[in-house]
Amino acid sequence: MDKPKVAFYWCASCGGCEEAVVDLNEDILKVVEAVDIVFWPVALDFKKKDVEAMPDGSIAVSFINGAIRLSEQEYMVNLLRKKSGLVVAFGSCAHLGGIPGLSNFYDAKLSLERAYRLSPSTDNPDNIFPSEETKINGSTLELPKFYDTVKTLDQVIDVDYYLPGCSVPADLIMNAVTAILEGKLPPKGTVLAPDKILCDTCKRNETKPEKMEVNEIKRPYEVMLDPEKCFLEQGVICLGPVTRSGCGERCIEANMPCRGCFGPTSKIRDQGAKLVSSLASIFNTNDEKEIQEIVDTIADPAGTFYRFSLPDSLLRRRRLEV
Amino acid sequence: METNTFEPKIVGFLCRWCTYQGADLAGTSRMEYPPNLIPVRVMCSGRVDPSFVMQAYSEGADAVVIFGCHLGDCHYQEGNYKAMRRYHLLKKMIEELGIEPQRLQLEWVSASEGERYQKEVSRIFSEVRELGPLDLNNGKAQSNG
Repeated sequence: MDKPKVAFYWCASCGGCEEAVVDLNEDILKVVEAVDIVFWPVALDFKKKDVEAMPDGSIAVSFINGAIRLSEQEYMVNLLRKKSGLVVAFGSCAHLGGIPGLSNFYDAKLSLERAYRLSPSTDNPDNIFPSEETKINGSTLELPKFYDTVKTLDQVIDVDYYLPGCSVPADLIMNAVTAILEGKLPPKGTVLAPDKILCDTCKRNETKPEKMEVNEIKRPYEVMLDPEKCFLEQGVICLGPVTRSGCGERCIEANMPCRGCFGPTSKIRDQGAKLVSSLASIFNTNDEKEIQEIVDTIADPAGTFYRFSLPDSLLRRRRLEV
Repeated sequence: METNTFEPKIVGFLCRWCTYQGADLAGTSRMEYPPNLIPVRVMCSGRVDPSFVMQAYSEGADAVVIFGCHLGDCHYQEGNYKAMRRYHLLKKMIEELGIEPQRLQLEWVSASEGERYQKEVSRIFSEVRELGPLDLNNGKAQSNG
């Protein structure tokens, strides 16, 4: 019998998710033994036309990482959707929009301005900007369209399962691959990770005081972080209360607060809005002026609370100037 | 002069112990005020999760108002204080998302203050009419956007 065919693809991402696959170490050999990898641009030389030539539905599962920001990515994920039985959104960017999703605070023009003109490391004296069509020596070069809004994978195509994380931990990948190979899959739309919040599994929860109170919010670099105490108790924003567990607490172990890459649990619709609720509850004052003073110590609430999930949030992006 | 005919959609979360009854009083007393506020009865202003506010915006509200009991009068002791803390943080967050601060308001109206309810709804109505539509769907609905 033919081995099930598997594809990997990347969209707006950093390459860390490809690294996560390689991080399976010896286990990757088990995967390769069980499946046929038919498309994986970062590692294997297959082309778009090879995928186009495959019969519809012939790929058992496509693992797609990265958010969607270019017309080319939109085309490729639609193509893979057509050719695949299952599509798994792989990693924070495909799942929630991820770090590239932060450019939803801007539009295409401002993002390109920044990258091609304003950033201090840019040297672009002729003001050359990428454009969809460039005429050169009588022929025309084409580039994909750069959209105003970064989207999650499921805002573009139908997605069967989600593997969360920036990047996805090896044990979750192996669990998912095993479940797919054995056909023991949960209902469609499930995030293949525990449905508990991070605080539930965080070691620091044990030392958390009964009543938590802060009168100032500090950024991690402004304070010597205690390696045992709850970050929120130390006045440092931690997204643990609104973030799914299952990551192995890699950041917490390194004495850094959770930044929310696993996204919310199934009970939370909007990660950032939920953190507003959670964080405001530990302000130690009921005085309006003092509340405002604490709020003033939070540098960038939207960017911090939606660090990985802005495109997945209820508003999806900063309001576009009309 | 051109007159402003924009009819804003305003979602109001009304605490059932105070403002909801205040609004009732305004009604039974036949006080007139703009019909643009859609009241949602909640058990306490402290029950209003910031996600409710975000959902209202995403579904087309031009403004959201949270109405609760005067400070010190909360039926559950301090639900309105909790609402106030969230309100200030949420307000800062929505500004970063390009939503004017006047589109989120917090007001205290007791059960006996029908007139205050009428006055506040009228004031908020004129402010939001002045601001114009929030028009988030323009950003969200565009398929290639």
